[in-house]
Amino acid sequence: MSIFSKYEGLASALASVTAGGGRNPFDVVIEKPISSTVGLIEGRETLLFGTNNYLGLSQSPAAIKAAVAAAEAYGVGTTGSRIANGTQGLHRQLEERLCAFFRRRHCMVFSTGYQANLGTISALAGKDDYLLLDADSHASIYDGSRLGHAQVIRFRHNDADDLHKRLRRLEGTPGAKLVVVEGIYSMMGDVVPMAEFAAVKRETGAWLLADEAHSVGVMGKHGRGVAEADGVEDDVDFVVGTFSKSLGTVGGYCVSNHAGLDLIRLCSRPYMFTASLPPEVIAATMAALTELENHPELRIRLMDNARRLHAGLQAAGLRTGPQASPVVSVILDDVAVAVAFWNRLLDLGVYVNLSLPPATPDQHPLLRTSVMATHTPAEIDKAVDVFATVARELGLNRAA
Amino acid sequence: MSETVASVSALIVKTLLANPKVPRDINGSSKIVEDLAFDSLAVMNFVMEIEDTLDVSVPLDRLADIRTIDDLAACIVSLKQAS
Repeated sequence: MSIFSKYEGLASALASVTAGGGRNPFDVVIEKPISSTVGLIEGRETLLFGTNNYLGLSQSPAAIKAAVAAAEAYGVGTTGSRIANGTQGLHRQLEERLCAFFRRRHCMVFSTGYQANLGTISALAGKDDYLLLDADSHASIYDGSRLGHAQVIRFRHNDADDLHKRLRRLEGTPGAKLVVVEGIYSMMGDVVPMAEFAAVKRETGAWLLADEAHSVGVMGKHGRGVAEADGVEDDVDFVVGTFSKSLGTVGGYCVSNHAGLDLIRLCSRPYMFTASLPPEVIAATMAALTELENHPELRIRLMDNARRLHAGLQAAGLRTGPQASPVVSVILDDVAVAVAFWNRLLDLGVYVNLSLPPATPDQHPLLRTSVMATHTPAEIDKAVDVFATVARELGLNRAA
Repeated sequence: MSETVASVSALIVKTLLANPKVPRDINGSSKIVEDLAFDSLAVMNFVMEIEDTLDVSVPLDRLADIRTIDDLAACIVSLKQAS
């Protein structure tokens, strides 16, 4: 018996995705970025609407320059974890920069955003504690709950009343209660009603962790996320985020005003047992953060673009998520149709993400797009036109 | 507490049968994943419905040990008794 025999179901599911002669969606290669919004795929210039590069900063000249200078000054790697092999000055600088940006006293930087959730959640919620997770939480949050030993309870997506009900059931039980929500949910682009969750947190004495991976640099007057936009930052005990979305690099972090966060460095396995961020990534991240702070107009342009794409897709007769945000998903009913749709979009020069159940809410396949501040109105209109064309080809566009 | 494993099991079966996709011949010994063809997400969503009906929260780690409808019923009864 092969060690891979347990994946026969997966293999046949993948085979069915490519059965119609289409591409393997997990094997598409972006050969070269031409700009933040255009990449070379299959030798063709293709509009990028699926990179999460919300502010276009992966191609920031300032960040590139900073990365080159850091590599020349410090080398290209750290070759070990901070706990075992030492913290470098740049790690400290980055943590101080993030503390200043978020107006928080403590910060821990992780090597990826995934590890930031894994390392924070698994260490904060211990054996005798309870973790309360939104039903639509990202895999990194669920995986963090599995790496830790807390009892895990799901509440209905974005439903603060449902959370309250579940916390009420725990009244009188010992142990801390840690609630985890996301600022913007990555599949549908819907925004958390953070003020409602903050009110439940205040009333029940629970702890609140907000994963603002998709909302930092996007929401709030200064780009600090949904908690800032809703005026409830003081109620959020821990903010977790990533550098790989609006900041255009890679890495993750947790910021907090609780001094105990520094103890987590000594018990968070995803922090302790992995190599720390290399100098060029840290330098690029700090430069991108400066760009984010100095260019609030990027956020305005991003939301204008998000509204333009959302409205355009709806006008084309397609079903989308509930609100315009930098993640705009077209919701379909049938996986084979979603696969065909996605292939035709790429044929016609638009790259989006094909998201399939069970990674999506409600078992619907999604054509997930992400918008950038650097998309031009003409690029967005072109993408909408291509969506409308393919929808017509497949007989999908409802009366617009 | 008035709930017994049998009464909770009957309630779970009744809730499941409200879903037309669920096979009609299920009973307490039916396996939730194999016999109902539920994936992990469907199991969690279905348990959420039962939780609301019975005003109880089933921690996710407890689900790992549950195979049949009766297993789920026994778990819920023990959680209710503990609370």
